[in-house]
Amino acid sequence: MDLYQQLILDHAKERHGSGLREPFEAQVHHVNPTCGDEVTLRVHVADGVVQDVSYDAQGCSISVASTSVLHDEVTGYPVEQALQTYEAMRAMLTSRGRDSGDEEVIGDGVAFSGVAKYPARVKCALLGWSAFADALVHAGVDITPPAVAVTTPVGVSAVGSLHPTDDKDPS
Amino acid sequence: MRWVPVTAEGRLDLTHLDELLTERTKVFAFTHASNVLGTVNPVRELADRAHAVGALVVLDACQSVPHLPVDVTELGVDLLAFSGHKMLGPLGVGVLWGRSEILDEMPVFLTGGSMIETVTMQESTYAPVPQKFEAGVPVAAQAVGLAAACDYLTALGMDRVHAHELMLVRRLLDGLATRPWIRVIGPTDLHDRGSVVAFVADGVHPHDVGQVLDDQGIAVRVGHHCAWPLHRALGVTATTRASFAAYNTAAEVDILLAALDSVPAVFGLEVAS
Repeated sequence: MDLYQQLILDHAKERHGSGLREPFEAQVHHVNPTCGDEVTLRVHVADGVVQDVSYDAQGCSISVASTSVLHDEVTGYPVEQALQTYEAMRAMLTSRGRDSGDEEVIGDGVAFSGVAKYPARVKCALLGWSAFADALVHAGVDITPPAVAVTTPVGVSAVGSLHPTDDKDPS
Repeated sequence: MRWVPVTAEGRLDLTHLDELLTERTKVFAFTHASNVLGTVNPVRELADRAHAVGALVVLDACQSVPHLPVDVTELGVDLLAFSGHKMLGPLGVGVLWGRSEILDEMPVFLTGGSMIETVTMQESTYAPVPQKFEAGVPVAAQAVGLAAACDYLTALGMDRVHAHELMLVRRLLDGLATRPWIRVIGPTDLHDRGSVVAFVADGVHPHDVGQVLDDQGIAVRVGHHCAWPLHRALGVTATTRASFAAYNTAAEVDILLAALDSVPAVFGLEVAS
């Protein structure tokens, strides 16, 4: 099946950066109430760089693997770039398959492009990423996209973008 | 609030029921047939013990009325509820049955058209049960649809529906028993059993199992089935659940079992054959 790319299965088996570590500025706990997927996630930000994302994830292969990819794609990068990666990942996952993702931006995240065609699974793939954005807010980071890059329709707030719904059409 | 615990098999553990049900108990609410485990609870015994301490007995019959013969007078409960969408009927409609003396005593909870008797500026009196509880515009289409579903199931014969579903459950349980990488959550015998079978595949999350089955055209429910505390008590995060109804066939059970066999390969699970 095209949903379960080998990359996803590999990340689900060998979770990169798994475990809760110190130091950290914020810790959040996000759940997917329909299925019980859970993630506890910490961020450590210093000098404008995401120094570490550490986590304890329980759930399906999609949610766990996506959090593992998150660790790879944002750790060690400037916060601004990490947020761009988050936005690109979110845009792909909520595109219903129209946006296949840019490997240059989201790396192994492209393996999840098939998930966008399964609305029930989008939240699984977004769980860790939403937790990451939320943790940044708790750590005092302004995650509002820069004004020039704003393409969201009027009435959709930046806070709302943290909680993407299946029916939101970003185009 | 107090809870009756479950045994490892998922049956209600009634060992300490006398300490849980006391003179202070106002309402004893439980399910007739579990939507997770497929267990059918000993309603009459539980109702009698609750009544002995003066408690009111409320029964969730959503999983029993559509699947097995239910006789409210035999059960001895005070209030019983079931829903249309679980018994071939429409969404957004259900039935609350209650002993008339209890319904008569219960206060109005919604006011509106068709539920009054007389109205003055000083006071109102209300229509008798059931109109008292049916304020406003009735969901007529859903009610007619549910009535048709009731007639349909009644014509099939609920004893036959139950026997048919148990045949399917037996076939599935036998098939799962030959697959050691699958663990059934709930009783594996047919004694006091309903028509759902929940299971976990070791090493594969139920959502992933469900996805593989979905891809092969098989609809199962995955997750905690609105019973998260029960899943925690049983030590599993979630389960995959096959839910049989009157329309399912033995051939479909075989298709489900064959589809399950593709799960280990997809997730690189090594299973002993």
